[in-house]
Amino acid sequence: MTRTTPPSEPALDPAPPSEPAPSEPAARGTATHRLCARGLQLGYGENVVVDGLDLNIPHGAVTAVVGPNGCGKSTLLRALGRLLKPRAGEVLLDGHRIDRMPTREVARIIGMLPQSPVAPDGLTVADLVMRGRHPHQTWFRQWSAGDQEIVTEALEWTDMRDLADRRVEELSGGQRQRAWISMALAQGTEVLLLDEPTTYLDLAHQIDVLDLVKRLHRERGRTIVMVLHDLNLAARYADHVVAMRDGKIVAEGTPTEVFTVELLADVFGLSALVVPDPATGTPLVVPLPRKA
Amino acid sequence: MTTTLVRPARRRVLSAGPVAGTVSLRAVAVGLAGVAATAAIVVFSISHGSFTIAPGAVVDTLLGGGTTAQKLIVLDLRLPRILTALLVGAALAVSGALTQTFARNPLASPDVLGVTSGASLGAVAVIVLGGQSVIGVPLAALAGGLLTAAAVYVLAWRRGVDGYRLVLIGIGVGEIVTGGVSWFLVRAEIVDATRATIWLNGSVAGAAWEQVRPLSIALAVLLPLAVATAFTLQALQFDDDVARALGVRLQLAQLAVVLTAVALAAAAVSAAGPIEFVAFVVPQIALRLCGGARPPLVVSAILGALLVSGADLVARTILPTRELPVGLVTAIVGAPYLLWLLVRTNRRTT
Repeated sequence: MTRTTPPSEPALDPAPPSEPAPSEPAARGTATHRLCARGLQLGYGENVVVDGLDLNIPHGAVTAVVGPNGCGKSTLLRALGRLLKPRAGEVLLDGHRIDRMPTREVARIIGMLPQSPVAPDGLTVADLVMRGRHPHQTWFRQWSAGDQEIVTEALEWTDMRDLADRRVEELSGGQRQRAWISMALAQGTEVLLLDEPTTYLDLAHQIDVLDLVKRLHRERGRTIVMVLHDLNLAARYADHVVAMRDGKIVAEGTPTEVFTVELLADVFGLSALVVPDPATGTPLVVPLPRKA
Repeated sequence: MTTTLVRPARRRVLSAGPVAGTVSLRAVAVGLAGVAATAAIVVFSISHGSFTIAPGAVVDTLLGGGTTAQKLIVLDLRLPRILTALLVGAALAVSGALTQTFARNPLASPDVLGVTSGASLGAVAVIVLGGQSVIGVPLAALAGGLLTAAAVYVLAWRRGVDGYRLVLIGIGVGEIVTGGVSWFLVRAEIVDATRATIWLNGSVAGAAWEQVRPLSIALAVLLPLAVATAFTLQALQFDDDVARALGVRLQLAQLAVVLTAVALAAAAVSAAGPIEFVAFVVPQIALRLCGGARPPLVVSAILGALLVSGADLVARTILPTRELPVGLVTAIVGAPYLLWLLVRTNRRTT
């Protein structure tokens, strides 16, 4: 019933250290900014969603936050991206409270892609990605050659260059998600927070998006925190997994450490087998029928 | 290695020293055409009247020539009126463009912020109660507009102001204030009621240099402010979370935009009364002519000036015996447009 040891040297994970990082200023391991939460209490209106939460985001790694619906994962991510002010406790970036730092400065270090971002009608993909440069611009300097290079690069990274002149509302779900990731990329932040980047996408496009995230981490050394629903994709793409239930962190560690039969029963109320993923060797969760 | 860079489509980069930005070629073309058309209307409008002056003489007088009689008619009688029309049109259109962008709603206009109805209440109260010797109608309208907009903003505040709530509360407060206007009209002497109704229709008739001066000072301050807020508007157009993630201080940026929009609308309404549909229609026309994702501010200003000066020309000349209020003409243009927009939006969402 418990998982066996994974085969040696899985194909995808972890990244081989010899992997070249072509022409990248921020290659793997150069991540310098540290993000953590201390005694965090979060909520909306009368409801307390997260209470007394401590978390260190491993820098230069991909962290996946998993948990059942309503457990506070998205709320936590919003607080880390300073979209939600904590009721108590603090979110610290390099030891400074992010709600006391200038917002533009934070926006140059932490990028955040909400779950269903809304773009105004008529906006083209190139314009959308250009807006990612907003925290680097001022009202009298809204364009620079450097911006243009970064935007071009971000479009190429996500394979959206050919669609640059298309309107965002005309894109398919997968293309739209890539366009938004492109914008977040153009923001040039070392830390990237993604709230369910695979929602509404079919499986092939989910893999596309997550492969892109993985490349971002490997070749650009970005610190990535994403909320994911699919446990198997989380196990496959994350270096570090944070499992939440009822606003609290119940387990944290490598996918192998977190995805155990006991934890799945405890957190998700799910009876499941955990076997090695035949493709990657990461844990594969196979749910069992409710009644055997 | 990247060979060619992705350029913003159909836009030219302008760069001078530390200042840099992109400009849409289409917007430049539309703007220039608008300026040319407005100039033609200005000359024709000044030449036309109970005493006709040839367009050549009008241009000559405007440039400093002309006889004494021509100078009197052109510079003292007709120029203030057309200038008021231009300034009011530009102010209303930019105010509308700002409101529609931050409210993320093409059906929004400064009316929904309570400015227009508040200004109407101030003006009508003064006309009916007869306090004009203490506070003039324009000043009363200005005060009414600003106070009502401030009340709307305060009522909408709940740990920050949400654009949607602001619009809903603005519509509610507007209804209450409009009720107050009706109450004054019912109570009023017939002469006052007539005067109030004329003011409520919006008119630039009888505008003199005393109206043009404060209005042009207000616009000289507010229009550059509006253009400066355009930068944050780009980010404000997204949903709140994206705007914040881009480093926008949401409440502060929104307040700056709302204040600019309210001040522009209040200045315009206090000078000419509520000229309907300009703030609402012009930004959307400018958007459709220029393309892009939000109403362009400068082109909106130009087209607003064009619409109001053109409408005033029609209002002045269409009936041989008497003038119409300019607000009536803009309403006749605007109402069908509103219907068309509603039908179109409905089709898209269903």
